[in-house]
Amino acid sequence: MQTNTFSINRMRRRVIVNQVFKYIFIFSMSLALLALALLIYRILNQGLGSLNIDFLRQFPAPYPEKAGLFAGIMGSLYLMFLIAPISITIGVSTALYLEEYAAKNKFTRFIQINVQNLAGVPSIVFGLLGLTFFVYLFSLGYTLIAGALTMSLLILPVIVVASQEAIRAVPEDIRAASIAMGATKWQTIWRIVLPASIPGILTGSILALSRAIGETAPLIIVGAAAAIYTIPDSLTSKYTAMPIQIYNWTTRPQEEWQYLAGAGIIVLLIILLLMNSIAIWIRNKFQSRY
Amino acid sequence: MKNLKVFLIAALFVLSIGLLTACGTEEETGQNEDTTEENNTAEGKETEVDNEQELSGEIALDGSSTVLPIMEFLTYEYNQVKPEVETALNSSGSGGGFKKSTVGEIDFSNASRPIKEEEIALAGENGIELYELELAYDGLSVVVSQENDFLENITIDELREIFLAESGKTKWSEVNSEWPEEEIIIYSPGHDSGTFDYFNEVVLEENPMREGEGVTLSEDDNTLVTGISSDPYAIGFFGYAYYIANEDTLKVLGIDNGDGNPVKPNGDTIQDGSYSPLSRPLYTYVNVDYLKEKPQVHDFAVYALENAGAAAEQVGYVALPQEKIQEQINAINELAGK
Repeated sequence: MQTNTFSINRMRRRVIVNQVFKYIFIFSMSLALLALALLIYRILNQGLGSLNIDFLRQFPAPYPEKAGLFAGIMGSLYLMFLIAPISITIGVSTALYLEEYAAKNKFTRFIQINVQNLAGVPSIVFGLLGLTFFVYLFSLGYTLIAGALTMSLLILPVIVVASQEAIRAVPEDIRAASIAMGATKWQTIWRIVLPASIPGILTGSILALSRAIGETAPLIIVGAAAAIYTIPDSLTSKYTAMPIQIYNWTTRPQEEWQYLAGAGIIVLLIILLLMNSIAIWIRNKFQSRY
Repeated sequence: MKNLKVFLIAALFVLSIGLLTACGTEEETGQNEDTTEENNTAEGKETEVDNEQELSGEIALDGSSTVLPIMEFLTYEYNQVKPEVETALNSSGSGGGFKKSTVGEIDFSNASRPIKEEEIALAGENGIELYELELAYDGLSVVVSQENDFLENITIDELREIFLAESGKTKWSEVNSEWPEEEIIIYSPGHDSGTFDYFNEVVLEENPMREGEGVTLSEDDNTLVTGISSDPYAIGFFGYAYYIANEDTLKVLGIDNGDGNPVKPNGDTIQDGSYSPLSRPLYTYVNVDYLKEKPQVHDFAVYALENAGAAAEQVGYVALPQEKIQEQINAINELAGK
């Protein structure tokens, strides 16, 4: 009898604890969703009125009604076209070396940990690095290529880590099978490992690129212009980027600029969402399970 | 599987091209930079002979975010008249601008404070001379919330007691017994801004400002505006343009500089200097060598001065008197040998 009430009490307590945690989790999720909904509502509310074709086509201007994001959009796209090849080539190569070639010893682990740490370094630090190396040491000046190289450095660790995960997920069995068929290491990598890991690598890379497109701090340091009336025509051109223009508008006192900033944020969000959708699409399309 | 391979090859192809171009440019850039100046001067001589309208080349500007709106107006309008000249305008703060101008990286260095001795010295070491141009006036406005009912005017001494760390006063009643016994909430621009530098110089006289509880520092002036307007016991300061843009939620205080005659900032009092000591000129510093060598720099300098008044009005600052503008244009022409 006594044991019976004891176990019923225990049961009841477990059920209550279960319920409590369920509601805590639901509450946390709603908080996150609420924040997202508020953000989207505020931005749409503020920016939708200023968002039109002219806004996408015009250069910055001292008059809110004539100002546009064109220089920023083009600048950001040019940056992407430079950052993507640079960072993905170097990043994937690094990951391949670490996973496939490097001996599994303390030194490799040390590099591994440092790459992971680098992924968490604040972006402003990469800006300072870019300023010291690309702008001054390589005397690239405040140019498009200096900005692109800096941003490539910024997202490189993220790409390395993501690619490593993807490469590691390729089963050892099919590697062994390939080697057993007489393939060299490189043939195995090229024909077996890379095709199998490409979805993971590209997903990681595109997410990293999305981070780069939204960054402001490093670009300010390596000298992206606040107001410019030409789009880059060479790697050594002056440039600006979307977040720089948006930031510039939010710091103005007059209310109209805040609306423009809102419109700019909408454009940036759309481009970000597009990039993320591409990442998801690639993952689904090329995914194959072993 | 075959699809994938094609995709992969295509991707790698694009990547390698990207890498090659990236590497290629690093070598080219150095040469480019060397030749740019020669090009500019060569073109300059031609255009001088030919026609002023065919000016081309680049103009690099950087500096104070306070001056940025004026400069944006000027570069934008200039671009309409002389589309061949490429202007690149940055805003990394007065100090950030001087960091670049004292090593000759930029043509114009915008500033909301005069150049410092050490910056002049640094420029001198690099063989660079910067010439000061005044573009407009800004009135540093000391503001409280519209809900504040006990303040209309304030003396410089009272400001010092409120803002100085050494005074140790944290309640309004401690500064003036007629004021309520409430905590003083301070909103101030961050220490990197020229606005803070200016306040620090003329009001605090380089003594440390109160910090910690009840003090908010922000580089974003809109944060200051929001904070002050919602708290009747808050006080803060920033550029005149920010007060004008938020007139309906803020109350600007008349400043009494000790003669018992408080003056509120407005277009007239700022221009004629009676709003003292809190009205300040906004500057741009032009590199004298570039002024002589690059015709587009001289052309823009003259254009900027001629249109600074319109620019100031558009963005909420106060224009210089016409004589002062003309004086500076003459000085510039003389410097450039024209």
